[in-house]
Amino acid sequence: MEELNKHDYVTIWLDGQMCGIPVLEVHDVLSKQTITEVPLAPDAVAGVLNLRGQIVTAINLRKRLKLPDREDSSQDMNIVVEYQNEPYSLIIDKVGDVLSLSEEAFEKNPVTLEPCWQEVSNGIFRLDKELLVILDIEKLLSLGESKAAA
Amino acid sequence: MDDLLNEFLTETFESIEVVDVELVELEKDPNNKSVLDNIFRLVHTIKGTCGFLGLPRLEAVAHSGENVLGKFRDGEMEVTPEAVTLILKALDRIKEILAGLEETQEEPAGDDSEIIDQLNAMAAGEAVSVEQSVETVIEVSEERPMVPGEVTLDELEAAFLAAPGPDDEDPEEVQATSSRLDSIGGSETVSVISHLFHNRINSDASLKMLLQDVDLMVSKKAVEDFFTASIESEKCEEAMVATAFASFIKQGIAEDQFYNTTVHLENVLEEVGLSTMDAEFIKELYGQSSKAMIEAAKNAVNASVEKKETGKKTGSAKEGGIANQSIRVAVDVLDNLMNMVSELVLTRNQLLQISRRAGDSEFDIPLQRLSQCTTELQEGVMKTRMQPIGNAWSKLPRIIRDLQMELGKKIDLQMLGADTELDRQVLELIKDPLTHMIRNSADHGIEKIEDRIAAGKKETGTIRLNAFHEGGQIIIEISDDGAGLAVEKLKAKALKNGLATEDEISEMSDQQIQRFIFHAGFSTAAQVTSVSGRGVGMDVVRTNIEKIGGTIELKSTEGKGTTFFIKIPLTLAIVSALIVESGEERFAIPQISVLELVRASADSTHTIEFINSTPVLRLRDRLLPLLHLNKILGFETDDDLAEADEDANREDFIIITQVGDFTFGIVVDRVFDTEEIVVKPVAPILRDLTVFSGNTILGDGTVIMILDPNGIATEVNEAMSDIAEQRADSDAESLVSSFDDKEAILLFRAGGDTKRAVPLSLVSRLEEFDVSSIEISEGSKMVQYRGKLMPLVMINDQYEIRSEGRQPMLVFTDNEKSMGVIVDEISDIKEDKINVELSSKAIGQLGTAIIDGVATEVIDIAYYFEKTFNDWQLSAENIEVESKLKRKNILIVDDSTFFLNLLKPLLTTAGYNVTIASTANKALELREKGYEFDLIVSDIDMPEMDGYEFAEEVRENGQWRETPMVALSAHSSEKRFSKGREAGFNNYVEKLDRDTLLKAIEEQIADRETAA
Repeated sequence: MEELNKHDYVTIWLDGQMCGIPVLEVHDVLSKQTITEVPLAPDAVAGVLNLRGQIVTAINLRKRLKLPDREDSSQDMNIVVEYQNEPYSLIIDKVGDVLSLSEEAFEKNPVTLEPCWQEVSNGIFRLDKELLVILDIEKLLSLGESKAAA
Repeated sequence: MDDLLNEFLTETFESIEVVDVELVELEKDPNNKSVLDNIFRLVHTIKGTCGFLGLPRLEAVAHSGENVLGKFRDGEMEVTPEAVTLILKALDRIKEILAGLEETQEEPAGDDSEIIDQLNAMAAGEAVSVEQSVETVIEVSEERPMVPGEVTLDELEAAFLAAPGPDDEDPEEVQATSSRLDSIGGSETVSVISHLFHNRINSDASLKMLLQDVDLMVSKKAVEDFFTASIESEKCEEAMVATAFASFIKQGIAEDQFYNTTVHLENVLEEVGLSTMDAEFIKELYGQSSKAMIEAAKNAVNASVEKKETGKKTGSAKEGGIANQSIRVAVDVLDNLMNMVSELVLTRNQLLQISRRAGDSEFDIPLQRLSQCTTELQEGVMKTRMQPIGNAWSKLPRIIRDLQMELGKKIDLQMLGADTELDRQVLELIKDPLTHMIRNSADHGIEKIEDRIAAGKKETGTIRLNAFHEGGQIIIEISDDGAGLAVEKLKAKALKNGLATEDEISEMSDQQIQRFIFHAGFSTAAQVTSVSGRGVGMDVVRTNIEKIGGTIELKSTEGKGTTFFIKIPLTLAIVSALIVESGEERFAIPQISVLELVRASADSTHTIEFINSTPVLRLRDRLLPLLHLNKILGFETDDDLAEADEDANREDFIIITQVGDFTFGIVVDRVFDTEEIVVKPVAPILRDLTVFSGNTILGDGTVIMILDPNGIATEVNEAMSDIAEQRADSDAESLVSSFDDKEAILLFRAGGDTKRAVPLSLVSRLEEFDVSSIEISEGSKMVQYRGKLMPLVMINDQYEIRSEGRQPMLVFTDNEKSMGVIVDEISDIKEDKINVELSSKAIGQLGTAIIDGVATEVIDIAYYFEKTFNDWQLSAENIEVESKLKRKNILIVDDSTFFLNLLKPLLTTAGYNVTIASTANKALELREKGYEFDLIVSDIDMPEMDGYEFAEEVRENGQWRETPMVALSAHSSEKRFSKGREAGFNNYVEKLDRDTLLKAIEEQIADRETAA
């Protein structure tokens, strides 16, 4: 792919699936936060939260990717990213390590991947035991547009 | 370089703005030396800095402008409007170049030779007339006797050729004949040299100290004087050295330092574009001063050492002086600071809450101090963002001046309260609307001089701007003593643009009509000028002002002038908000949109009432629609609400808000207190949620959403207009055809268990009154109702009013006369069709219909009207009125029996003979039979032949061709209106609008009489 440091990824888990987010895009990793729900908001928007005086819009990634809700959400984690100069917090199950991956292990999305995953994934890395789905922040957060397309 | 350029740009923009204003000032008062000096200095500085930064275009324009100003200053030229215009033009050019510079960091390409030539011509033209031969002067002045500042290029060329200029002659001779100073370029050049020289020294680290603790302006002037004097006398004026270079001397200038300054001077001389000879000459002059300077310096140092020893304390403190009282700070820094302070305030609030919970603790006192500091800090930072409103006005004098020239009007612009401060963000946002409004006032408001004289006004029109604080808001008044708004013109225009129908307009007050100017695409200017009147105007102003939470009102008297009142909040950053709860979540509502709070519960004076499950609130003579926040936000459905309403202990809090003309109540679960909140915009993802205007962090750290009453109203209005349409449709159809569709029916009981019904659309109000308030007058029962006596009607003669307590009644209003029908109980409102199964012989009844599965008597309001008002009228003294009306014959064509029954007594009471026809064909049969009518009232929606066809038929042939026709329909839209007119109707009236109908009938008949 393009640049070396782009191959460093923070690994996260969602409903048992490992995913990766480019490490340069991650601003913060937080434990579970108090979230104020926003009525009438799109489904994937969990609400808004206060991060050191900054209002951050929280996105429930499980909902975004049409995964079932987590039974016990007390262990939820937040990854804060920025999109179009606005902070967003992605609610996920668990955060793992930062992995530096070589390009050889990279694969394109299999064509049979579900459309809602296809839409937000840039490709897949083959790891020893698992597969790492690379999530594209921009595509994840361009909620309105994807909705219009759907 | 970038920083330097930026600084230059901000500084220059500021200077130019000042010059703009000052020039206008100067024009009014050409002898004001101090204003002129100020202008000259500013332009001069601009020019000097341009040269320094290597901006040749700017420098050239500024230089030429300065030449003209120089002539003003030296009294060689008079300050004329033309000259000022030209200089303003030059400034505009400078602004243009600066704008380009700001965008690209480079001077944009372009040709300024025209303006430069003009400026030079002006400067030179006057120079010629002052200094050169008399012949030339006469020649020139003959050609242009009226405008002494303006010279055409040809003339100028001629003048130049005629004049012995430096180019024509031997340079040696010039030096001999004209002064050395002129060859260098006059005192301006010297002053530039002095300016640049100082700049260079200041920017050279090793020499900077030479100018330490010195007022640069003074020093520059002194150096300039020294050079001027020296050049003129062609020798170094040693006597002036001490003053000119006082600070050099004071700082003890050494020989090597002096040499360095000489190098700078050399560079400057080169830059200014002097010939080598002149440059050498000046350098020499400066060199000659060295001896005197250095000697004096030595003495000075010795002296100062002594001085320091004797009085150290009197040191430099005082000398810091005025120069450094203000600093320039980037807006970003302030914004950031503002944010941080907001956060600090919130954190402080959090701490205070914790401390309060913990009770007495050792933190209390430090916390209190922290709290106070924070408050002060907040105020301080807010203050840094405040700017006087005058900043937004600074352009206006120039605009007015240009407009005066362009429009040939005389306008006096008065600005009061220019130092009223408001947040810079708000200031930026109102700048353009204000400018636009002033333009409007000057262009449309103030009349032409002739018109003003004709109207007996002063020649000079006045536009007054006044700004002041009032109750946490800023009020800006813009008033002119011009022509005012022509109401009749506005009416015509509104009608033409389809903003309102004739009927609507006829009911509007002048003020309401004047407000039309705030509608899009509404310009009353008869003529589109280059200034305004393009049709985009006041609506944009209004939206811009409303966008920042402000309002705009106007007051205008035709012929006297117009005043606009703008109210805007002081700051957008921090607003006071009411915190409410709905669905166990908290929300903020900006205090500014809250009119009042009402608590409603079963035992309080206010209760929520229902009209067919639509909640309403009775508040001081008004019925306000209510919206449940829970429902708007999707927490509860209608069913949930209905269930909750059955709970007798339920308490509701209603926030009364007003959006435009629409007042409504928002029902919330709880109301907390008010809090100062910092409004932050919501993320783009949430931006289409119109019910929220932003979000904020509360004192306890939670994020809450800020509700936008505007958004709620729009959201609801969309839904409501749907309902309203449905309602209108159902009303209409129920009246049009008695066998189809549903309408709202009011069910009640009166006397016995019999269910009775009346179409809700005929009822104007539901009331309750105390039986003790019933009064008897001339044998009839009545109550005082809204300051009048209203007769009470029993459903039949056997009916008995309760002896005590309260009794409900239905109020019917017709033509300003009201009657109350007394009932036992108002049972329900149902949507159903009135299908009269059995027509009744009993008086006061239309018949029996099955409504909601129960046989119900449908009462005949027309009968009660007739009964009450005939009696009423006979008993009253206005029998005369009736006899005055020659009984006119009116034909009503309508397929709805019900409606005919209602209309007939109405028209009969009004003094007409009424004939009815239930279909258009039946009406035409009457025509065949030779009946004559004074007027035909016809429904539009009828089976077989509709109203349009009927009208066409009537107009086509037969004896009714000239008979006026009035169309009746429940749907009154502009389209139908015009269609009706085309078909041949003379007027078009809404069905339930009795007053208008009567008026229309009267008018048509009167018209016909006058025509006949």
